[in-house]
Amino acid sequence: MVAFSRRYGRNRAAVVGLGILAAVIVLAAAAPWISPGSPFRLAGKPLSPPFGQFLFGTDTLGRDVAAGIAHGARTSLLIGLVATAMAVTAGTVLGGMAGFYGGAVDDLLMRVTEFFQTIPAFLFAIVLVAVLGSSLASTVLAIAVVSWPAVARLVRGEFLAMRRREFVQACIGLGMRDARIIFRHILPNCLAPIIVLASLMVATAILIESGLSFLGLSDPNVMSWGFQVGAGRGVLRVAWWLCAIPGVAILLTVLAINLVGEGLNDALNPRLRQG
Amino acid sequence: MNARVRYIARRLLHAVHIVLAIVLLNFLLLHLAPGDAATVLAGEAGSATPEYMAQLRARFGLDQPLAVQLWRYARNILALDLGHSFRHDQPVFTLIMGRLWPTLLLMTTTLVASVTTGSLLGLLAATGRHRWRDTIISIFALVSYATPLFWLGLMLIVLFSIQLGWLPTSGMESIGAFNTGWWRALDIGRHLILPAGALSLFYMALYTRLMRASLLEQAGMDYVVTARAKGLSERRIVWAHTLRNALVPVVTMAGLQTGGLLGGSVIVETVFGWPGLGLLAFQSLFARDLNLLLGIFFLSACTVVVVNLAVDIVYTLLDPRIEVA
Repeated sequence: MVAFSRRYGRNRAAVVGLGILAAVIVLAAAAPWISPGSPFRLAGKPLSPPFGQFLFGTDTLGRDVAAGIAHGARTSLLIGLVATAMAVTAGTVLGGMAGFYGGAVDDLLMRVTEFFQTIPAFLFAIVLVAVLGSSLASTVLAIAVVSWPAVARLVRGEFLAMRRREFVQACIGLGMRDARIIFRHILPNCLAPIIVLASLMVATAILIESGLSFLGLSDPNVMSWGFQVGAGRGVLRVAWWLCAIPGVAILLTVLAINLVGEGLNDALNPRLRQG
Repeated sequence: MNARVRYIARRLLHAVHIVLAIVLLNFLLLHLAPGDAATVLAGEAGSATPEYMAQLRARFGLDQPLAVQLWRYARNILALDLGHSFRHDQPVFTLIMGRLWPTLLLMTTTLVASVTTGSLLGLLAATGRHRWRDTIISIFALVSYATPLFWLGLMLIVLFSIQLGWLPTSGMESIGAFNTGWWRALDIGRHLILPAGALSLFYMALYTRLMRASLLEQAGMDYVVTARAKGLSERRIVWAHTLRNALVPVVTMAGLQTGGLLGGSVIVETVFGWPGLGLLAFQSLFARDLNLLLGIFFLSACTVVVVNLAVDIVYTLLDPRIEVA
């Protein structure tokens, strides 16, 4: 663990990323105390400029933009984490089975992931949310559905390589059950690349979510950064900051997560560092 | 030659499979939607007459078992009968075809702009490794990876259209200008700069990173050592030898990104009011015209299949080794 944090700390950008991410997490956790009540409620005069009575001003309907940013952080992180968790679970199970058993299962999975790589992912997510209706659950589901194939392909490749290793052959020789070999012996050895990919997927998930909510496909009762940008779009000419501020929040969060992902990559694969 | 024909035939068969899978997916989505598929097909606009609904049910056989429904649906959709859009009072297929070329124009411009500038920046970064220009280019790539596309578009509008007043905010042509010939092309070009620029930025970063990594990988190859040993200048090694080989993964990626580009164009076209397929998709979302949306999804996915097939075929001409594989 000490060696891990030292290797992580060697990547300065990753440390900065971790700092920003920590700040966003604190903001998300503290949102109910920073700005109690609904972020949709009328807080003051519409379109008050930033750095006055309200830190980031108010939007066209007099909603406090700063409150929206705080509550939006919750939404972004929640959706990013849950969607990624779903995609990683599904991708690991399916990819692991394909890599371990090979044959027809593997063929089928490769066909399916190839199909998913062909269809336009974002458009598919839009169609899914449009069909299922705008809610937190359908956004999460849509993001998970378009992102699991990448995990499945990665895990399948790792399992395929592990399958031929001696320790796995030994496990099979000992008569171990497949589930035990997969979860106790192979999976822990593949965790590093899965963790790195998962961290980058959280960032992508947040970007997809913000795109969907910008298009008006988010849950109408949940505040999100993409929604804020979309709501400010109409008054771009007179109050450009209404679009600018939530966008900066998205950018910083996604950037921070990407930096953390790279730091994890360096820390978990010390051998790759030489390249 | 025989091997090549066999290879192309195999790819073609594969493409057909994928199109069939897309039809199946569309059918599933249609049935996932709340309510009877006929209400979806009629566009949920509420303007369909009961007679038309009955006619729809009969034509798509919605009273039949699912397998029969799927068969009829597939037959219709493969004959490019995508239904009727009540919102626009036009067949979905005609609507889509009318919006196709602005999207193609946007996508082609983006593809060319992002691949050329991205490769160039990657080349600059790789040749100036560990120097300030590499650092700056890497930071730029990292930031553009994290930038939400719609936000970038809006900020470009704020800067170039509202503050500086250099470029138009939206649309594809100046309304009421009735330009013709070269003036019209020039006008469209002016409208194209911002949307294509916004869409290019993300992909440019992608190609920059790929090109940099690919060049650095090539730089370690034996043939580079040979070239250096026979006394070639570094510049000549890069331009005459490594660059060509490094371009292969970039071209592959460009082919793979068609689908992503289509998704990005929904956002960019919405932001800039560019009258293409993406804006049509956005409008169909607003009008709850699910059938139109599904039609766009179907044809977009098919476009990607065709592009991938074309890339595969072009590859067999460029790289003879692929034939054998």
